[in-house]
Amino acid sequence: MSATASPGSVTAFRGDPNHLGHGRDGRGESRATGRGTGGPSPKRIVVAYGFWIFILSDIVMFASFFASYAVLQGGVSDGPTGPQIFDLTNTALETGLLLLSSFACGMASLALGARRMLYFQVAMAVTFCLGAGFVALEVMEFADLIARGIGPSRSAFLSSFFTLVGCHGLHVTVGLLWLLTMMAQVLTKGFRSDIVRRTLCFALFWHALDIVWVGVFSIVYLMGSIT
Amino acid sequence: MLGKLTLEAIPLHQPIPLIAGAVVVAIVLGVIAWIVLAGHLPYLWREWITSVDHKRVGVMYCLLALVMLIRGFSDAILMRSQHAFAYRAAGYLPPEHYDQIFSAHGVIMIFFGAMPFMIGLMNFAVPLQLGVRDVAFPTLNSVSFWLTASGALLVNASLVVGEFARTGWWPAPPLSEMTYSPGVGVDYYLWAIQISGVGTLMTGINFVTTILKMRAPGMSYLRMPMFCWTALAASLLIVAAFPILTATLAMLSLDRYLGFHFFTDSHGGNSMMFMNLFWAWGHPEVYILALPAYGVFSEVISTFSGKPLFAYRSMVLATMSICLLSFTVWLHHFFTMGPGGDVNGVFAITSMIIAVPTGVKIFDWLFTMYGGRVRLTSAMLWSLGFMVTFVVGGATGVLLAIPPADFVLHNSMFLVAHFHNVMVSAVLFAAFAGYTYWFPKAFGFRLDEWWGKAAFWFGITGFVIVFGAFYWLGLLGMTRRMQHYDVADWRPWILVSAFGIVVMIAGVACTIIQLVVSIRRREELRDVTGDPWDGRSLEWATASPPPVFNFAALPEVHGEEAYWAIKSRAREQLRLREEPDYAPIEMPLNSATGFICAFFATLIGFAMIWYIWWLAAAGLVGAFLTFVVFAWRDTVEYEIPASEVAKVNRANRTTRLEALQGIGQRRAA
Repeated sequence: MSATASPGSVTAFRGDPNHLGHGRDGRGESRATGRGTGGPSPKRIVVAYGFWIFILSDIVMFASFFASYAVLQGGVSDGPTGPQIFDLTNTALETGLLLLSSFACGMASLALGARRMLYFQVAMAVTFCLGAGFVALEVMEFADLIARGIGPSRSAFLSSFFTLVGCHGLHVTVGLLWLLTMMAQVLTKGFRSDIVRRTLCFALFWHALDIVWVGVFSIVYLMGSIT
Repeated sequence: MLGKLTLEAIPLHQPIPLIAGAVVVAIVLGVIAWIVLAGHLPYLWREWITSVDHKRVGVMYCLLALVMLIRGFSDAILMRSQHAFAYRAAGYLPPEHYDQIFSAHGVIMIFFGAMPFMIGLMNFAVPLQLGVRDVAFPTLNSVSFWLTASGALLVNASLVVGEFARTGWWPAPPLSEMTYSPGVGVDYYLWAIQISGVGTLMTGINFVTTILKMRAPGMSYLRMPMFCWTALAASLLIVAAFPILTATLAMLSLDRYLGFHFFTDSHGGNSMMFMNLFWAWGHPEVYILALPAYGVFSEVISTFSGKPLFAYRSMVLATMSICLLSFTVWLHHFFTMGPGGDVNGVFAITSMIIAVPTGVKIFDWLFTMYGGRVRLTSAMLWSLGFMVTFVVGGATGVLLAIPPADFVLHNSMFLVAHFHNVMVSAVLFAAFAGYTYWFPKAFGFRLDEWWGKAAFWFGITGFVIVFGAFYWLGLLGMTRRMQHYDVADWRPWILVSAFGIVVMIAGVACTIIQLVVSIRRREELRDVTGDPWDGRSLEWATASPPPVFNFAALPEVHGEEAYWAIKSRAREQLRLREEPDYAPIEMPLNSATGFICAFFATLIGFAMIWYIWWLAAAGLVGAFLTFVVFAWRDTVEYEIPASEVAKVNRANRTTRLEALQGIGQRRAA
């Protein structure tokens, strides 16, 4: 019986076209046609896609905190209501700082794309300062409320307010830590493809926090101040 | 310095947990000592603990699950024996201990038995079935596993240090608030679930990305094996549902640690919000477990019937419908807690609707077998047993979905019987079916069939006896979570269920013996070709156990049942596919990141449970530094030379060719 398969050749190194599904060093382009029949996507796509899924999950978590805020908004007990404690000037400042930091972060992404080290570091530093300013304002707002005896254990409304806004603040703080790490990494290792991918994920994260803040700003502060 | 932790935390005055804890600690220390003394530690570290290979991670998940299933089963034995003694008596387990046991039983079975088993099977099989080399994020995958193990460790630590929650497996406030549960039990629950929950979320993200973005060339969505579809649906549910659990448990933690008022009775808190949030995760969670189980049955039934899956597309549609509908039924978990008739009516209807796609699946499996050559292997027996018993569990579920009936039956043993009926027959039976089915792929030899069948028959018989009795007890009015009772009518059925658990113990013993016997007889049970069951999907296209890179060259897929097409052609022509051009393959390097992260996560969890703030802070810093060190690596991959790839692949081709020649000789004769 004929059982002779033609012997395969052992080629010299030419890169494995499907290494973990990606082109070498993750720079290859996808052969995908859109229905996924072109084989695995390149690393660039896979990483960004996975990070988008993470952001969606994070937004589900925020949604739970938003929902709990909506439910507990009326549970003021003997404490103050929203309009009595919200300071819209402070909120406007915070919003301004965060939106500007997102703009600076966008500039950093452009510098990253152009592989311009100085512009990148400056833009990231500006992003950091604006983000840190946001966190500082929020910490001051919280500290002031707590000092006036309006802490989170006063009423269910305040619990949910501090948790929702604080959760966003915590995300920004973690983002700042990540930002510094990326600045240091790009500085020491240059624009290596995996570091570039990671920095772009950071940018995604930072912009997503902006979107969440728009929700916090509108639902907590604006709508809370109307009533 | 040590927060609330004192020597008091060790239950020196309670003999049962102390002895149980001492035995467990002795076994663990013994195993570790044996590993170190026999010199296996470097091997274990290199090949398993730091491995980022999806197959290894999957095997470790299943091993963790098997150990935890036995741990949870020992709780079940304690509860059944307590009831056998506690007729008009106190029994041998005091109430505060009995309450911890039923809570730990539920938590361990769901979070550390069923979930790791399903995720383990997904880890092992999905990349192979998709025809790729690994998951999208291999190191993250290892982190996920070790975080799950960290959660399991914390739950079990509560046996020896402190106590576990006495609230049941869902810590409903206000019972779980500081006022009524001042001990560390609920904190153990919270931190164990939060830590393992992060791992589960990362798994969900990893698998959504893998399945949607990394498939062999030509494998469009409607060419994916059914198990990949169910893994996708379960992963989507994880991504959408687990953050709700994280948020809910964070709120409960804030209530307990910092005096917040999310779920308290006073200051405007709302304990019903906990029920809504928890079950908004909790019901999808049922399908996070059940959908991969349906996937396993689909693979097993199709393979052992020698036929393609009947109405594959309707099965895909049913899976994705369940994925959506699972978010619309959460309220049926608390019909009796005052939502009102109209709301109950809506959720009763949605709860009944979700039974429809499940029914579609049952018919698809039946028609898959119809006209096929059914081979009654033990994996197939588990699948058949599932179909028979699961229909009963589904029917009682539809019964419970009728609010007036639910008002009579809620929190009775009938309910306990119902959810064990669906969970055990779907998830546990699928776990054993999948374990038997993919074991030869993982280790290169099959499990012993005789002991496997014995395990099945003892297992299903004991299961029917225990939960059959539970249904009847529920109808007789027995409520769940009773430490003792004095109703004479219940007594005989309690004893019947105690007898049932003895039969189940025999089943568990058979499973353990099966593993030992199979390892000893592994040369006879060897799978040389890599296709021991005459399989149909791509995992059978490679050697058993598969090389670290899975496939020498990614397979080209031209239709459904990719491997069946390749095999049919080989059988017709009596020759293998053309040998591919071998090229070097790059694979991710091992990484201790997962293990070290989990070490710090355990520290953080333990420190938070006992209010040791400095240790928690140190753990956080450690975890962050671990990630920075990981991110600072310069080499992330290593290269397997083309000659090595060729050698591995040719070895497998040789045995496959011999098998083909055997077919040819038989045909000639």
